[in-house]
Amino acid sequence: MGVGDSDPAPTLRDQKNFGLRTMAKSTPATSQGDYYFKWLTAAAALITPLIMAGIFLELVGHSLPSIKEFGFGFLISQNWNPVTEQFGAASSIFGTVMSTLIAMVIAVPLSIAIALFLVELAQPGVSKVVGAMIELLAAIPSIIYGMWGMFVFGPFMARHVQPLLQDTLGFLPLFQGPPMGLGMLTAGIILAFMILPFICAITRDVFLLVPNVVKESAHGMGATTWEVTYKVTIPYGLVGIIGALFLGLGRALGETMAVTFVIGNAHNISASLFAPGNSIASTLANEFTEATDLLYVSSLIELGLVLFIMTYLIQVLAQFMLRRMYKSWSVGL
Amino acid sequence: MKKVTWMAVAVVGLMVLAGSAPAANVTLNGAGASFPYPLYSQWAHKYNSLTGLKLNYQSIGSGGGIAQIKAKTVDFGASDAPLKPKALDEAGLVQFPMVMGGVVPVVNVAGVAPGQLKLSGAVLADIFLGKIAKWDDPALKALNPKVKLPSQAITVVHRTEGSGTTFIFTSYLAGISPAWKEQVGAGKSVKWPAPNSIGGKGNEGVAGQVKVVSGAVGYVEYAYALQNKMTYVSLKNQAGKFVQPKIETFQAAAANADWKNAPGYYLMLNNQPGEASWPIVGATYILMHKDQADAAKAQAMLKFFDWCYKHGSEMAEKLHYVPMPKNVVKMVEATWAKEVKAGGKPVKY
Amino acid sequence: MMKPRPPTGRRLMDKIVSGWAVISALLGIGALIWILSGVIARGVGALNFSFFTQLPTPPGLAGGGMANAILGTLAMTVAATLISVPIGLLSGIYLAEFGQESRVADNSRFSANVLMGMPSIIVGVFAYTLVVLPLGHFSGYAGALALAILMIPVVTRTTEDMLRLVPNTLRESALALGAPRWKVTLKVVFRAARAGLLTGILLAVARVSGETAPLLFTALNSPYWFKSLSGPTPNLTVAIFNYAMSPYDDWQQMAWGASLVITMGVLAFTLLARFVLRQRT
Repeated sequence: MGVGDSDPAPTLRDQKNFGLRTMAKSTPATSQGDYYFKWLTAAAALITPLIMAGIFLELVGHSLPSIKEFGFGFLISQNWNPVTEQFGAASSIFGTVMSTLIAMVIAVPLSIAIALFLVELAQPGVSKVVGAMIELLAAIPSIIYGMWGMFVFGPFMARHVQPLLQDTLGFLPLFQGPPMGLGMLTAGIILAFMILPFICAITRDVFLLVPNVVKESAHGMGATTWEVTYKVTIPYGLVGIIGALFLGLGRALGETMAVTFVIGNAHNISASLFAPGNSIASTLANEFTEATDLLYVSSLIELGLVLFIMTYLIQVLAQFMLRRMYKSWSVGL
Repeated sequence: MKKVTWMAVAVVGLMVLAGSAPAANVTLNGAGASFPYPLYSQWAHKYNSLTGLKLNYQSIGSGGGIAQIKAKTVDFGASDAPLKPKALDEAGLVQFPMVMGGVVPVVNVAGVAPGQLKLSGAVLADIFLGKIAKWDDPALKALNPKVKLPSQAITVVHRTEGSGTTFIFTSYLAGISPAWKEQVGAGKSVKWPAPNSIGGKGNEGVAGQVKVVSGAVGYVEYAYALQNKMTYVSLKNQAGKFVQPKIETFQAAAANADWKNAPGYYLMLNNQPGEASWPIVGATYILMHKDQADAAKAQAMLKFFDWCYKHGSEMAEKLHYVPMPKNVVKMVEATWAKEVKAGGKPVKY
Repeated sequence: MMKPRPPTGRRLMDKIVSGWAVISALLGIGALIWILSGVIARGVGALNFSFFTQLPTPPGLAGGGMANAILGTLAMTVAATLISVPIGLLSGIYLAEFGQESRVADNSRFSANVLMGMPSIIVGVFAYTLVVLPLGHFSGYAGALALAILMIPVVTRTTEDMLRLVPNTLRESALALGAPRWKVTLKVVFRAARAGLLTGILLAVARVSGETAPLLFTALNSPYWFKSLSGPTPNLTVAIFNYAMSPYDDWQQMAWGASLVITMGVLAFTLLARFVLRQRT
């Protein structure tokens, strides 16, 4: 395999890779030390796939009693009754999907707009500082989001935002029910804050990676900044942006502590965004240590398996998209 | 510089990992009901200052306590939902009542003072069934003509996990309301029918949620209402009188308990007769394995429980828990001598 | 020659979008400030001497602190670091130095990326089934294992990226002098990439010190000092979870104090990591 088989022109990175590749193949193991070194490092590298496989196998293994008992009906049943030992994942799956959906609807336009601000509109100094601040949002631990959500943001929602929504849009079933502050909408908004920095960082990279030549020629033809972004940059980097979206999606699906604090913890599917619900992660956090018998634990672990499969598929898609983007457009390092 | 850092990390790490030698003192691990947690934690704290014994009690709910002791991941379990004798035998467990307490409905309604709101069992059941959805419902107004009730939606707060407090509360509702018995039943965890309901983890969680959500109603063990200055209600008892929750009314209910004729000490204390009786009272139990693998631990446990029976009454009463009467303590200690064995022999404490 | 000016409609659109972009940036910054100020305002009151030196007291009794939880979090983080850093460094070396075309490397890289996006509660369940169930009790070791699993992919990825940045000329000249490959990697390349590697480790530590879910059913929590990690181990994050969900005002106050400590710790590590990186590159 030589340089340039898949790319239009050899990039600096390819040249370095070529060097390393050649070295890896042509440097003879000059000592026993080298031989063992290669095998030691390879063994270490194999630990990660081993862990992934291990997680999958353990989850499947411990879910078997529940799978045998409920079959596919588990995924669509709303029943969750530890007393009669009837378990169904529907409300947890619904809550996971719904809160993630709300988070994406809010976070995606915001992230892309912020990336636009950082790359095209702001002075370099401002861009650096604001960029660092947005990245700090990602550093805040999720339990802090949960604490803040329950004690600060929840009451804020209950006192100001939810009554406002109810007064203006209350005819929609989405905004009916008592404004408790805790519930699906609050959980979705907090998730949005959490995934925003991830989507923003990658989108910013995408915007930066589009060759200046392309952008400048569009400007030269009289396009406004927004038009350049909308018609040139985004389509050029679409694969990467979609990868970023999937990454944010994956994070939102699995977020535990922030959601557990504010989602209300009810095995409930409701049309209203003000209603409490739960997600797979919050159900696990709340009920795992209290599960009384084998079937209960097994059902909870089966929930975990469902979440694992969901996030795995999303991650695979995200990796696929991001790899394609970085491979095609990375100029140097 | 980096070498020093790595060395420091390694030293700390080794210190941390090297402490795997068995501890000289015994540490007891227990888990379960949140119902008695305010009391158990104070008992453990006092006992620790007297003897140095560490008791690590995790308040995870009665369901969790039963699961953990069955799985032997803790030394003793605690539950307010007692196991029936057959279940006890199957699991090789012995259970005994430690203390009794009252479960009280608590509310968060503007303008309502503690003890002011009067409820009957039937009305309480209807609220939790979702049939009564607003605070100014005529049924509530009828019981409370002098209280200004707002036109606010009622939010029901319940337990998310398997809870003995839920067991006691739902048993009461099932006994009082045929509709509740048919639709929901009694248990450590039930399907809560009210459309506006949220869950809290532990008595702590329910209390926390009721404090935060305006218009909420929940049920907690009385110590939680007391310690957090919450608005409890006045309930109508079997004799038709409205009583306040406090140690006197709990004691009045507990006085009727017939422990002698309760195999495995399985006894429900809801809706007891007597004009001064609080209608929702229950005992909370300790679960231990009959066959104790570690004699030192078994001895430490029985010593601690014995101390609680004999010296813990004052602390219990301060929190409005009802201590077990002396004759029951005698019965329990006879049970220990008969059932709890370490290495085939009864445990000396 | 002047560029033709776009017609009014398009200019307006441009201005609207620019305005929206600025508003979004302000919203993002505003959220950060709102959260941090909230944590600081509520947490600072709890941080006194006893907070850092005493054990927690039962609800209803005044005083107490979270000293055991602070130590427990430190201990488990150190243990997790000791497990994950060697594995992560060695994996990163393999991927950077030997893994240009091998299937093993592709697999490993892919798994590391996927593992980074895995919900931490799933890792907690895994550690529970792997360590807690067979041993029959909760332990700080299980907690440290869960944290280590979360750290390994971060260390691996950053190690690989940083080692790749080292110019080949460095490797080639060292090899030309007759040094074996492993010496070249460990002595020459490592030294060159030192700052970046440290950054990776700091970022991994920052990531896990704020984690709660993986510890919920592995290390559990404890109100006492711990002598070893072989039993339930006190830690700040699960303690925050328990205290926050409680109705007791003094416990909630301590939860805020602990939140402040953790937030400041994580932010400090993150900023330190960036600073270290900037120093060298």
